Amino acid sequence: MTISKGMQWSRAELASVLILAAVILIVLPLALDIFRLNLVGKYLTYAFVAVGLVLCWGYGGILSLGQGVFFGLGGYCIAMFLKLEASDPESTKIQSTPGIPDFMDWNQLTELPAFWVPFKSFTWALIAMLLVPGVLAAIVGFAMFKRRVGGVYFAIITQAIAAILTILIIGQQGYTGGVNGITDLRTLHGWDIRTDSAKYILYYVNAALLIGAVIGVRYILKSKLGKLLIALRDKEERVRFSGYDVASFKVFMFVLAALLSAIGGAMFTLQVGFMSPSFVGIVPSIEMVIFTAVGGRMSLVGAVYGSLLVNWAKTFFSESFPELWLLFMGGLFIAVVMYFPNGLAGIVDQFMKKRAAARAAAPTPPLVTEPVAPAVGALSPADATASPAPQPLADQQVRA
Amino acid sequence: MSAYFLEIEDLTVSFGGFKAIDGLNLYVDRDELRVVIGPNGAGKTTLLDLICGRTKATAGSIRFKAKELTSLPEHKIVRFGVGRKFQNPSIYENLTVFENLEISFPRGRGVLGALFFRRTQDVIDRVHEVAREIFLEDRLDEPAELLSHGQKQWLEIGMLLMQDPELLMLDEPVAGMSVAERKKTAELLKRICRNRSVIVIEHDMEFVKSIADKVTVMHQGKVLAEGPMDKVQADPRVIEVYLGH
Repeated sequence: MTISKGMQWSRAELASVLILAAVILIVLPLALDIFRLNLVGKYLTYAFVAVGLVLCWGYGGILSLGQGVFFGLGGYCIAMFLKLEASDPESTKIQSTPGIPDFMDWNQLTELPAFWVPFKSFTWALIAMLLVPGVLAAIVGFAMFKRRVGGVYFAIITQAIAAILTILIIGQQGYTGGVNGITDLRTLHGWDIRTDSAKYILYYVNAALLIGAVIGVRYILKSKLGKLLIALRDKEERVRFSGYDVASFKVFMFVLAALLSAIGGAMFTLQVGFMSPSFVGIVPSIEMVIFTAVGGRMSLVGAVYGSLLVNWAKTFFSESFPELWLLFMGGLFIAVVMYFPNGLAGIVDQFMKKRAAARAAAPTPPLVTEPVAPAVGALSPADATASPAPQPLADQQVRA
Repeated sequence: MSAYFLEIEDLTVSFGGFKAIDGLNLYVDRDELRVVIGPNGAGKTTLLDLICGRTKATAGSIRFKAKELTSLPEHKIVRFGVGRKFQNPSIYENLTVFENLEISFPRGRGVLGALFFRRTQDVIDRVHEVAREIFLEDRLDEPAELLSHGQKQWLEIGMLLMQDPELLMLDEPVAGMSVAERKKTAELLKRICRNRSVIVIEHDMEFVKSIADKVTVMHQGKVLAEGPMDKVQADPRVIEVYLGH
């Protein structure tokens, strides 16, 4: 047993991340026009949520049906800054109170609410974008996990929080923009985010951050903390009676997943140009879980592909069969949970294993196989993405 | 005052009126291997649950190294030197034997500590040392799910030894073991009770005889008899509730 065994990346894992990077940094920008690329950029903001869910749900066994809350909070924090910049007294001079966001004026507010004032600073907006969702997740996490609330109960509570936040945002429209959200965002420190060049830059920033998130979370999963997560799913009591404060590990994962969602939300606002309660509530939160499940909840790279594919399908189908889309999505989720519990990544992984087994069973001259074998291995994006610890299906379903 | 390593006094726990442990007193010395026996439902496992904090006492006190344990959370009790093996082998099936032992190494138990934990030479040495002790040194790289039932029991004992606890509590350590494995386990237990206290719950009387310094017989949440095995076995009250059956 070597020092680093189990803590280093295997070649397949490295390959899967490199391929993902090549796809989203090179292939998609070359293949798509800026309108479509901007759509992909939007899908990739959901991938942050999905990566967080792989950590928190796939590995940690904590199913959150309220990740839209953190996505939305991150997005709103940035939207508030952008809205204030767009609401300078010059461009709002036709309002009865110039210099405040238009929706406040429509709701008879005559001055900027106190909690909006700090959002004039971009630094504060960036801090708040992480701080607000992080603190909320920490409070919810401590309250739940210290009391050993988990499983379905935790999922229901996160869903209730998503519902509460949506109602709050819609109800307080003078402060939040209500059901329309915060719209008509224009510039970031004078830089117009609506131009094509800005959209390209934001796409690349988003893609780079996402690759960084995948690498960062994989680092965590490779550490002893990652093994503890597997141990926790196996035998939580044993971990507790080995001297670990189990709740603090769960809070950590939940907060980290929330922070990732918030980054996704912020990038969404920047790329799409608005933020509204329709990305906060129960439906978007569940959709995000579906992206993760389809891609493979044990696979970081798979979750990114899941987000891309399901959203692409959503755009495609809802243009052609808008009324059937929701049914299709529900059917897809049921099919994945029942037949492919490890999602696309699991299917690819099984396929690769079969191939490897077939190759091992039918020996061929070494001169032919040697150059071929590594290349085939390297071409499988989801090879590495399969769970490092295949675990019994029954166990996963109970926790799900 | 604290003459004993572990002092349990007037311990009571009641589950909706039913007293699973009822005014129990128990004193265990350092270097002592105490076996707790008793018929089903006597409260043996509940006693271990109370000591390690899994169940909270209704009344009474548990003092270990002169420190009160009843108010501490589980992980703090473990860090204070109490290790506990569960009735069914409780190991991480999806990790290797090495990783099972490594996770039990008492370092990097916080979130950040676990994130930046490095597998240094002292960890590796300790894992090998313990693995040798529990007869599993040649199985270190295998997934723990491939071990036999008896080997899983050993692995869990090994996971406790990694923590080097001063109070080691084993709930039916030889359940499901072959005769040969039982013998090896008896030797193992005799070796590891140096410099610590060991409490063993066991049903197998031959095994109890082979390891016990002193036996405590529990019945209906109370201590019924206590002393060397032959004396306890001759006690008519014990025969009536337990051995006579």
